[in-house]
Amino acid sequence: METLQYFLPQVWFVILALFLFLYVMLDGFDLGVGILSITSSSEQRRSILMTSLSNIWDANETWLILMGGGLFGAFPIAYGTILTALYIPITLMIFGFIFRGVAFEFREQANRKFFWNIAFGAGSFIAALGQGFALGGVLKGINVDANGHFIGGTWDWLSWQSVVVALTLIQGYVLIGSTYLIWKTTESLQKTHYQTAKIAAITTLIGAVLITIVTPIFYESARDRLFQQPLVYIFAAIPPLAIWLIWQLLQSLNRQQERAPFVWTILLFVLTFFGLGLIVFPYIIPSQITIYQAAADPSSLVIMIIFIGFLIPIMLFYNIYQYIVFRGKVTENEHGE
Amino acid sequence: MDIISNTVALSRLQFAITAIFHMLWPVLTTGMGIYLVIVEGMWLKTRNPAYYHHARFWAKFYVLNFGIGVASGIPMGFQFGTNWAPFSEAVGNFFGSVIGFEASWAFMLEAAFLGIMLFGWERVNPAIHYLSTILVAFGANLSTFWILTANSWLQTPAGGELVDGKFIVKDYFQAILNPFMANSVMHMFLATLETSLFVIGGISAWYVLQRRHEEFFAKSFKIALAAAIAVAPLQIYVGHLSGEQVHQYQPAKLAAMEAQWETIPAGQAAPWSAIAIPNEKAQQNDWEIAIPNALGYILELKKELSEPVRGLKEWQPSDRPHMIGLIYYSFRIMIAIGFYFAAVMLWSTLQWLRGQLSPTNIAKQSWLMWAWIFAAPLGYIAVECGWIVRCVGRQPWVLYNQIRTVDAASNLPPGNVLASLTGYTVVYSLLFIAALYFGSRIIRTGPNLNLPLPGSETPAVVTKAGEFLPDERPLEAKQ
Ligand code: HDD
Ligand code: HEM
Ligand code: HEM
Repeated sequence: METLQYFLPQVWFVILALFLFLYVMLDGFDLGVGILSITSSSEQRRSILMTSLSNIWDANETWLILMGGGLFGAFPIAYGTILTALYIPITLMIFGFIFRGVAFEFREQANRKFFWNIAFGAGSFIAALGQGFALGGVLKGINVDANGHFIGGTWDWLSWQSVVVALTLIQGYVLIGSTYLIWKTTESLQKTHYQTAKIAAITTLIGAVLITIVTPIFYESARDRLFQQPLVYIFAAIPPLAIWLIWQLLQSLNRQQERAPFVWTILLFVLTFFGLGLIVFPYIIPSQITIYQAAADPSSLVIMIIFIGFLIPIMLFYNIYQYIVFRGKVTENEHGE
Repeated sequence: MDIISNTVALSRLQFAITAIFHMLWPVLTTGMGIYLVIVEGMWLKTRNPAYYHHARFWAKFYVLNFGIGVASGIPMGFQFGTNWAPFSEAVGNFFGSVIGFEASWAFMLEAAFLGIMLFGWERVNPAIHYLSTILVAFGANLSTFWILTANSWLQTPAGGELVDGKFIVKDYFQAILNPFMANSVMHMFLATLETSLFVIGGISAWYVLQRRHEEFFAKSFKIALAAAIAVAPLQIYVGHLSGEQVHQYQPAKLAAMEAQWETIPAGQAAPWSAIAIPNEKAQQNDWEIAIPNALGYILELKKELSEPVRGLKEWQPSDRPHMIGLIYYSFRIMIAIGFYFAAVMLWSTLQWLRGQLSPTNIAKQSWLMWAWIFAAPLGYIAVECGWIVRCVGRQPWVLYNQIRTVDAASNLPPGNVLASLTGYTVVYSLLFIAALYFGSRIIRTGPNLNLPLPGSETPAVVTKAGEFLPDERPLEAKQ
């Protein structure tokens, strides 16, 4: 029983981390493409950007819905407390999603596309911004009482550090969006995104360096964690690895490789995510409430492993199948009213 | 009670507005999904291009609704955390898990195969395409199953008990199979199907009256009618069972649905109120037309009740629902629509048997066609009314008889909720107008009967691994 009390929440921590990672990676490039669409020079190019997402954005977004549902069931207190504390960033994100989501269909139908172009671009941007502020807010720490109930203020999530986190996340999304477009498009569109990818790689790097320096200085909890004995070696390895990955990424961009940039970017995301996970674990509300305190009843965790766990490989399977069906390039001449 | 500064009231209003809005869209995707399975099956079986064009034409409505359904569904899920944190904490063990099941069983399935269903005609073989269509429809209906399970459990919590303010589940299957579950899932399933059938039939009738593609739309009209023959009477029966279960498990809600202030003791004849003006202050109906003995027949098929029907006065005002008029009339509107559907179905069936629905005759049936066009929006109204009965009638409880709504709301500054509520109201109004506009444009443009059949015009794209052919989006996606 003792071990179960530790084991089950850990399993759910890992499952939710997996869902969140899949979300950040997959919808990350959707949002990145959406943000990039703001700068599209022609309707035709924007059409291609949107076509490259039209069959997958919803499935990608669903990983977040899934992670939300899982969090609700596995760590109910954390679900309530985190979402209440982040009311404003979460609401921002939701409105961003609403605009982005309806833009796909409405833009296709509309004669005057201007409004829906804005809905798509700005929606993607606002959703990413909300997520960035939410992440910044969680890292900064949420003010709770002994029972894990939120007792802080509405604007607690807002600080210059969370602005840096939000901007960096947006850069990261633009980076993965650019490399996705390099993969899925040809000719001039592809060329443009070799450029944007390079810029985004560098701005992401700057943001990441800033955060790496700032975090141990300002966040006491993260500092303690970073300098814990065996972990410190892992944490020490992350920055050089990240720099190496960015260097590889820039190389592949220079060599005009088509798929490698996307893969390097994903590895970069994996590394960052792994680092963040290590800092946070075993807390679900950093430095306040552990996963063991927030966990649902063990019987619920077990039933959820049975009812959701067995579907994970199946969901992965049919999502991958989808990508295989729609493999190949999206080109300019194919889309047009 | 000043609502502007009352977080609980604002959160309730926000939940109500977002739920009512969200509910408009999945209704069609769930029900029409089944229709798409039928027409694609007929296309594969008969190879009659008309069925293929039906599949393509109606799918346009499908996407339109799906996009808004997703966009309005996301706020629903997050709201449990943002606005109802104490509720989430208390019921997470069960309710939260079920929301997770819905996402993993249903949403992901539907989302992943929708792409193939819409854009994959040229990319996968017909069998896989058909399988995708089936899985999309199946996913949508699984979603109905899980969300209705969750909601039914709020109505009749089972399978465990509250310990220190948290619901601890003893028996999961008992909780899933709670007393309301089976019947509510069935009623909702039929509601989505029936609404979609009358939307499809209504739009088809409009074309017939316009004399546009009569033959083509006579087909969809008859499919809708054939299905309605089964669905419309069944829905009345299942709705009746819903009423009985409310009588058994939630007597205060039944009293509100019937605006019944005084208890009718066992052994007495029970009238059914048809129209009334309920007056909450005076705890009575100011005016009423009642059908003698009818309630006895509805509930027990006999004049005298063997069990009492309890009146609202049996509960303290704080323990019973309010807005009696809203509940009472919502219930009656739903029932009226249920019977209207059945009547239109009977009339149409009669004409069908008399051969009046053949492609040459059908356009002459203008009264009948108008009856269908009028029916098209009614399903939505019935669905919303049903939910108002169910959710408002459950008050003051969020978890029936266990957790009060006032204790379930997050402690947020009212300004935040007011801002998000205003945002939702504005954005949803815009989306609603846009959806009506684009929906009516799909109707005005009409089906494209010149669409090349899959596999005929452009050869399916063959891409070998590692080779990048400029891949064509299927021609027909360009129209
Ligand atoms: C096309 C839609 C439609 C139609 C024609 C009907 N209903 Fe309905 N009704 C619903 C759509 C609906 C619904 C929206 O789907 C509800 C809300 C929750 C639920 O499970 O079903 C509902 C709920 C609902 C409830 C409330 C259950 C509760 O509070 O727990 C009752 C008592 C009825 N219905 C009864 C009827 C009767 C007697 C009908 C026919 C004559 C009828 N309904 C037709
Ligand atoms: C199955 C999913 C549903 C769940 C889990 C659910 C749950 C809830 C919850 C938690 C509330 C807020 C607390 C309260 O006021 O009681 C609520 C209120 C409400 N819901 Fe539902 N609901 C569901 C479906 C719907 C739908 C589809 C509609 C409308 C079409 C609806 C209409 C309302 C209304 C009108 C209220 C406000 C009632 C009031 O405050 O007086 N609900 N529901
Ligand atoms: C007829 C049945 C229904 C169907 C088919 C349906 C369908 C959907 C769809 C397609 C989504 C978006 C998921 C995605 O991103 O792919 C969604 C979200 C959602 N819907 Fe509905 N819906 C139905 C009824 C309801 C009702 C009655 C409620 C309650 C008020 C509700 C609450 C939700 C919630 C909570 C979410 C978001 C899930 C989350 O974020 O965790 N749904 N629904």
